[in-house]
Amino acid sequence: MEFDTITAISTPMGEGAIAIVRLSGDEAIAIADKIFKSPNGKRLTEVATHTIHYGHLIDPKTEEVVEEVMLSLMRGPKTFTREDVVEINCHGGLVSVNRVLQLVLRHGARLAEPGEFTKRAFLNGRIDLSQAEAVMDLIRAKTDRAMNVALGQMDGKLSRLIQSLRQALLETLAQVEVNIDYPEYDDVEEMTVPILLEKCTWVRDEIEKLLQTSSQGKILREGLSTVILGRPNVGKSSLLNSLVQENKAIVTDIAGTTRDIIEEYVNVRGVPLRLVDTAGIRETEDIVERIGVERSREALKGADLILLVLNYGEVLSPEDERLFETIQHMDYIVVVNKTDLPQQIDLARVQELAGKHPVVTTSLLQEEGVIELEEAIAALFFEGRVEAGDLTYVSNSRHIALLHQAHDTVNDALQAAEAGVPVDMVQIDVTRTWEILGEIVGDTMQESLINQLFSQFCLGK
Amino acid sequence: MPTKYEAGTYDVIVVGAGHAGVEAAYAAAKTGAKTLMLTINLELIAFMPCNPSVGGPAKGIVVREIDALGGAMGKVIDKTHIQMRMLNTGKGPAVRALRAQADKVLYQREMKRLLEDEPNLQIRQAMVDELIVEDGEVKGVITQIGAIFRAPAVIITTGTFLRGEIIIGDLKYSSGPNNQQPSIALADNLKDLGFEMVRFKTGTPPRVNSRTIDYSKTEIQPGDDVPRAFSFETTEYITDQLPCWLTYTSEKTHQVIQDNLHLSPMFSGMIKGTGPRYCPSIEDKITRFADKPRHQIFLEPEGRDTQEVYVQGFSTSLPEHVQREMVASIPGLEKAEIMRAGYAIEYDAVVPTQLWPTLETKAITGLYTAGQINGTSGYEEAAAQGLMAGMNASLKIQGKEEVILSRSDAYIGVLIDDLVTKGTNEPYRLLTSRAEYRLLLRHDNADLRLTDIGYKAGMISEERYAKFCEKRAQIDTEIARLRDIIVKPNEKTQAVVRSVGGTELKDGIRASDFIKRTEMNYDLVADLIEPLETPLSEEVREQIDIQLKYEGYIQKALQQVEKLKKMEEKKIPENIDYDAISSLATEARQKLKQVRPLSIAQASRIAGVNPADISILLVYIEQGKIARIEVEAN
Repeated sequence: MEFDTITAISTPMGEGAIAIVRLSGDEAIAIADKIFKSPNGKRLTEVATHTIHYGHLIDPKTEEVVEEVMLSLMRGPKTFTREDVVEINCHGGLVSVNRVLQLVLRHGARLAEPGEFTKRAFLNGRIDLSQAEAVMDLIRAKTDRAMNVALGQMDGKLSRLIQSLRQALLETLAQVEVNIDYPEYDDVEEMTVPILLEKCTWVRDEIEKLLQTSSQGKILREGLSTVILGRPNVGKSSLLNSLVQENKAIVTDIAGTTRDIIEEYVNVRGVPLRLVDTAGIRETEDIVERIGVERSREALKGADLILLVLNYGEVLSPEDERLFETIQHMDYIVVVNKTDLPQQIDLARVQELAGKHPVVTTSLLQEEGVIELEEAIAALFFEGRVEAGDLTYVSNSRHIALLHQAHDTVNDALQAAEAGVPVDMVQIDVTRTWEILGEIVGDTMQESLINQLFSQFCLGK
Repeated sequence: MPTKYEAGTYDVIVVGAGHAGVEAAYAAAKTGAKTLMLTINLELIAFMPCNPSVGGPAKGIVVREIDALGGAMGKVIDKTHIQMRMLNTGKGPAVRALRAQADKVLYQREMKRLLEDEPNLQIRQAMVDELIVEDGEVKGVITQIGAIFRAPAVIITTGTFLRGEIIIGDLKYSSGPNNQQPSIALADNLKDLGFEMVRFKTGTPPRVNSRTIDYSKTEIQPGDDVPRAFSFETTEYITDQLPCWLTYTSEKTHQVIQDNLHLSPMFSGMIKGTGPRYCPSIEDKITRFADKPRHQIFLEPEGRDTQEVYVQGFSTSLPEHVQREMVASIPGLEKAEIMRAGYAIEYDAVVPTQLWPTLETKAITGLYTAGQINGTSGYEEAAAQGLMAGMNASLKIQGKEEVILSRSDAYIGVLIDDLVTKGTNEPYRLLTSRAEYRLLLRHDNADLRLTDIGYKAGMISEERYAKFCEKRAQIDTEIARLRDIIVKPNEKTQAVVRSVGGTELKDGIRASDFIKRTEMNYDLVADLIEPLETPLSEEVREQIDIQLKYEGYIQKALQQVEKLKKMEEKKIPENIDYDAISSLATEARQKLKQVRPLSIAQASRIAGVNPADISILLVYIEQGKIARIEVEAN
């Protein structure tokens, strides 16, 4: 066997009772052993092949228990890939499975490329020749889909932030390089250790902030702040009840919330939603006069996602149009409720007002359309179209893994610089950091450094 | 048409005698091929049409590599320089590089002599007009006057001669460098043979008379006090060095250029060829970096027996009368007489992705191209390619294994891999940043990296090889000894540590680890342990220091190289049919068909071939292997 150890979540993303994180490769068992603690103290490196073990995953750094798991251990060659394979069965749900994946990635596994398990199975002779064509098609299809998703995620703040980190590193590198390649050019400032330290520290801190938002970060911890908006009697409270009843409420109350604003947490297909001002909604359904656009505006402050509810059985009112106007720069989904009534609303006009935002029709009374709404919410989140407040967040496991790597290498650079290692050696780790960040945004071309060199400095004989 | 006649049969014919040509001829001859070198003008063997210097960052390491492989450049410059400096001494070991100022005339004379003395090599003045090609194989060349020279291998190293055109201001005329005869028939011939060509441009600054320079307005730039050499074989060092001088452009210079920009062929559109970014003309610098108040100008003597001085940093193709004004605006050059004007030159180059990594063309067996014709710039880049093409042509016709250096073996490997895998859209120059493993590709270990390869190919004498092996053994033995010795924290040790500002030892420490401390080095530690019977040379001691001090980084780099090697071992069959692999993305397929990479590693470096395509390729190759096994089994 000549491959490194790969890992991936092998069950579909979203909500399921359990999820499986699979590892394959020479180091699979050793990596699992590093983070697994069995109640009777047995070591995975010593147990028999094709056995299942109960225990906990522990982060060795913090001694913190990450997850309660069942772990299947299979030694090669009698496995799918013919390599050593470990399958970690953990609780389903976006948060827990990602924590497990991250833990595994931090301890030496690499995130599998699309179709890589199958590819290995083939390369190790597990799949026969007649299936080679199918394997190649699978790799192509999976990669194209993964790329589309990745590209979707790359839009927006994360991409811009990563690019700005890379640009800072690139300018630093260009300066180090120019000092090397053109040592006699006095008009180029010498890249000194203090400058390098300053830049690298900034990059490290930014990466740390990003990682904060990813693993135990605000989004996954607190949920997307979601506001249900609409005129009286359109069915806001029905929608709220429907979401809360359909989905397991994660938390019902948390410290720091006042009595006036009650928040409810629901988990919609793995997307944690924090429904804001639910008390207000319930209350104002009864006291119609108190509701108005003013009040809505108040609730809209700091919202990540808005569910705008309209009444299928009534014509679109000027008030509805004003609500559209109010939320025009935000992320929202239009819910046209009460399809059980005869249609009065002009759906074409609604679609026109909504533009690129999704429009879902429901009859909450008859429990119709809720699934479509949930799908729309999940799609928005997983395609990275919802941006959480002023926070850039990372949800893609590949990105998180790469950010951890980038964090480690930039830290190596910082330590080396502080220890007095020459700048052009420290630069090796800085370059690596730049390359890893490049993998996140899909750009690792060596050429960009050379381009930077010649656009930043005036060089040559 | 001249009457043709049979002029002789050889193993290898080299067309051109610039820096690529001389190395190609020397290497082919050394490795046992009966070699013929043809040049338009015998006076121009190893001529330096541009700056009078050899080496510098990345390039200096290439010269060391050429020497380790048994090439000529290092030996010759060691005998003919007027000044030598080690650059980047304040930085880490990976980026140190030697640079020599050459005596241009002496360099040529010495190189010509070296080649004339080579028994397997014949040198002839002749212009080649045409290649003889039969059934996709090269058979020889035909010269302008009708001489037919036959050989199974031909190496073309025509530099900037191929359809060369000199441009000064609005004047443009057909010419090779320095007003030499250009090679036009051969350029047509290569096109007819189906080669894709590009048009590149480069330039050179004016030369002035030293007698007319006021050096009091400039800063002196002396050579190093320590004697230095490129070649492993050099034992005698030149101590009598000449300085260079530094001055700057002035506000006036910039004004003159601004006022005359409309006369520049660069801006009028007369020059269409792509120029190198790292070697911009002064008019380019001033327009692109308008806010810079001044630019450095280095005054470099062209030799000991001439008053000609090269004005480095002042490359231009503005009309001669403007050049006179520009020169006079530089402090120290107010009264300087121009001896030669600067000019730009355009020339044809072969798109290098048409080459195998051996530098043999894919289209015509036995035909090689090396040097500036492959889209590079720089004497060192040219020499390196010449050496590799010469060795490979010779080894191939003798049925021996050809030499392909990996990116982790040498800068030469980086250079050739970049060219044949990625191509280039401007004249290519080596930069340290192009090398992923530059910590391994150091100036100081070039001999350790490559002497074995040169020796195996027949480029290194027995005497030199024995000396080399001894050096290598000394390094390894001493490092092994240092790993076994524990230095005790006694008073003598602590005194040494204190004297260099370190913190005192708490416990005994392995000598090899002790050296790793920033403030320590081999010499200091060697004083604290049992002395060796025979003292080690400075080079050996330096090597021990570097290998131990940077061990962590070196190990990291070696791990990366390990991964690369695995990918390099995965060979792609030469007859692979990319059209049959339907899952490949269209762009990837086109690129793969064009480059025809030899290994998965090379394929993965092609722009436009993404990881999924590589995975698919791996599966496809594996499928082919399995299919073969099944066929054999039946």
